[in-house]
Amino acid sequence: MIKARVTVTLKNGVLDPQGKAIEGALGSLGFEGVDQVRQGKVFDLELESADPKNAEKQIADMCEKLLANTVIEDYAVELL
Amino acid sequence: MKSAVLLLPGLNRDRDMIAALTRISGEPPVTVWQTETEIPDVDLIVIPGGFSYGDYLRCGAIAARMPVMEAVRKKAQAGTRILGVCNGFQILVEAGLLPGALMRNASLKFVCREVLLEVVNADTVFTGRYGKGDIIRCPVAHHDGNYFAAPDDLKRLEDRDQVVFRYAKGTNPNGSINDIAGVVNEAGNVLGMMPHPENLIEAAHGGTDGEALFAAALEIAA
Repeated sequence: MIKARVTVTLKNGVLDPQGKAIEGALGSLGFEGVDQVRQGKVFDLELESADPKNAEKQIADMCEKLLANTVIEDYAVELL
Repeated sequence: MKSAVLLLPGLNRDRDMIAALTRISGEPPVTVWQTETEIPDVDLIVIPGGFSYGDYLRCGAIAARMPVMEAVRKKAQAGTRILGVCNGFQILVEAGLLPGALMRNASLKFVCREVLLEVVNADTVFTGRYGKGDIIRCPVAHHDGNYFAAPDDLKRLEDRDQVVFRYAKGTNPNGSINDIAGVVNEAGNVLGMMPHPENLIEAAHGGTDGEALFAAALEIAA
């Protein structure tokens, strides 16, 4: 079995109102010096495959087809 | 002309859409469940609003990958008119049938109110009964209507007159780029829009500005 973590983040240049709101909330809690917060998503996957190369390819395909919207998001795959 | 309405779990504006199409065309639309792989021969396919699959992952993301959407894609390629309203618009962009993406409203709040729309392109099969520059009333009700397209895509959309509706000055409810409220595909037969024209088609709604869109799309004699 292969475990993997997919991280999906907004592309540079795409506004992130939720990140902005979190940034504001951190400021109101007294955390100083937070220049920027960007919110993203994390997916933890468990695959039957035993072949890491194959798994990476399969996960990239999943990202392109469903897990990320590549119009606005980037993704990164990490095998754990 | 005949119409069809797609049904997916979590949509909640399907009944309004069916009522509007029935009233305007005099004939109820056929309904097509998400697992269908064939759509009957109709002239207009409508994807109504709501919260398909609870907006999980991203609005419209799961619905866009259901079997019925492959059938919609084939119909779109064959030239059938497709209209997506609200969640239907989100589903069409997630399916890649329209460019861009719909993100969380800039205010982070759900907006439910009436806005004014400018008809930017009156030369489509959906907007031919309006005049270019007309300002029409239309209700909106959404949390994720903030339209975004990358600079190159946005330029292409604007250059090719694919922006069909804009929120009129001062009424942009969601932070949408260039005040975009509705876009059409390059071929002109697929329209997606966040506002709900089906909710402004009879006097009891307080106005009938939405009627002309359906009358045009269904070629109802004026």
